[in-house]
Amino acid sequence: MIEFTQIKVIAAKEFRDRIRNRWVIAVAAIFTLFALAITYFGAAQQGEVGFRNIEFTIASLVSLVIYLIPLIALILGYDAIVGERERGSLDLLLSMPITRMELLLGKFAGLSLALASSTLVGFGLVGLLLARQTDSTALYHYAGFMLSAILLGMVFLSLAVMVSVIAKDRARASGAAIAVWFLFVLVYDLALLGVLVLSGGTFGEALFPVLLMLNPADIFRLLNIFNMEDLKNFYGLATVFPASLSNPWLLGSMMVGWIVAPLALAQWRFK
Amino acid sequence: MPNNVIEIRHVSRHFGPVHAVNGVSLDILEGETLGLIGHNGAGKSTLFKMMLGLIPPSSGSIRIHGTPVHGSAFRELRRAIGYLPENLAFYDNLTGLETLQFFASLKGCDRNSCPVLLKKVGLGHAGHRRVDGYSKGMRQRLGFAQALLGSPRILFLDEPTNGLDPEGIREFYQMLNELNQTGVTVVITSHILSEIQERVQRLAVMKSGKLHALGTVQELREGVNLPLTIRLRLQCTPQALKEALNGAAVESLDTQDDTTVIRCQRMHKMELLRRINTLGESVDDIVVREPSLEDVFLGYAG
Repeated sequence: MIEFTQIKVIAAKEFRDRIRNRWVIAVAAIFTLFALAITYFGAAQQGEVGFRNIEFTIASLVSLVIYLIPLIALILGYDAIVGERERGSLDLLLSMPITRMELLLGKFAGLSLALASSTLVGFGLVGLLLARQTDSTALYHYAGFMLSAILLGMVFLSLAVMVSVIAKDRARASGAAIAVWFLFVLVYDLALLGVLVLSGGTFGEALFPVLLMLNPADIFRLLNIFNMEDLKNFYGLATVFPASLSNPWLLGSMMVGWIVAPLALAQWRFK
Repeated sequence: MPNNVIEIRHVSRHFGPVHAVNGVSLDILEGETLGLIGHNGAGKSTLFKMMLGLIPPSSGSIRIHGTPVHGSAFRELRRAIGYLPENLAFYDNLTGLETLQFFASLKGCDRNSCPVLLKKVGLGHAGHRRVDGYSKGMRQRLGFAQALLGSPRILFLDEPTNGLDPEGIREFYQMLNELNQTGVTVVITSHILSEIQERVQRLAVMKSGKLHALGTVQELREGVNLPLTIRLRLQCTPQALKEALNGAAVESLDTQDDTTVIRCQRMHKMELLRRINTLGESVDDIVVREPSLEDVFLGYAG
């Protein structure tokens, strides 16, 4: 039987820690700065400066967020459990009337809240600026972008918490966290692309969309790009990705699955 | 006859090929203070962690108040258990009071009791200071306050006087004594044996993962049958002493300057003292020393 009060106590402590050491505000400031830079200078290469079509702004932000948020989430969560273990505070925590699952969920919830706050504040500020110059559909897309960015952060936090349970010490945990980042953010797409090119484009037409779904970073990209007609054509994604799989609810559910699975694995391994 | 609070039955725990705890059976009685002693690596901490349900035994069972320490029912019992780990670590960014309040929330007890508890362990003045500024002794006091949250009926204290100054140690045992009088069961480990020998009702000696001896300090002393020492300061010659002791069961006799040290078995003590008494005024001083707990401990665990 799960006691939600215990989850709340742990989550509140984690969140308060991140507010106090100014983590939340610092990360929000980083997001705001990057988002502002991309919004206003994103088209500088084409000789333009200033606000452009919101769909292209979101596309630029997606490219930024896909690197930045997984990295920040992994840094935030990689020592959630192994840090307690190494410091020597884990035994005392577990001697309390709390189960391991409640501890894991509490840590995850508190850290998610911190990252979600930074995301909302950081990108929300830029959203407010954009709101003055754009219509409600565009804002709807922007809100969708923020929500999916939060989900992306939670996926990588979940992976980070899993790493922090499995790793023997903090050094190994940080190494594993970086490996996770490389795998999902850099290597996976390159490998997929390599296979596609080498096979002359014949490699599993049916398999390709499924393989994209196995990477949460790709799901995030699909979520944001597939819902905007201009971009879809721009990326040429529609030619390789069936529309039936592009339903935002389906993609959103996949993201939730990516949050649940590493946590479940972490719970199983947390002895 | 007091009830068993903790029942340990044939408990073993191995980590790979290492048998940290090997076939230990032990009953801990309600309201008693039991000292758990042994060399480093004897299996004390592993047994402690198993009693707290932090690690499961490889075989055997541990029950507290009849409830297995592994399982959902144990959660409620944990609220009535206080634990002070050997290597105490807190969150440096929290103040002493916040630390206590955090654990109080987890234990489901009144957060308003925290300032009172801090005062009780002598940290009333430091409650609003961050823990990273605390000395080792202050952290230990905070750890003890944490263990006392929710008025536990069972206390597990692993090296509780680590880092405390003599005054702190005295205060600590005073508090422990008060708790003991209210029927709290205490399991305590310490490497300063002389410190706990007068403060525990029974001692359990562990060696290489096994329970080597169990009993009161007196029972253990008698069990290991160590010689006691009689230290004399004499005016007469050593020869006169030897004549007086002629035929008595003496294990050893060493004289240096005016001091003579005799070692003998306990059962021969009175006989020897009577013979020494025949030397009359030649005896300036006489001190009889029982084997210390360290000696007893080494007798069992050495």
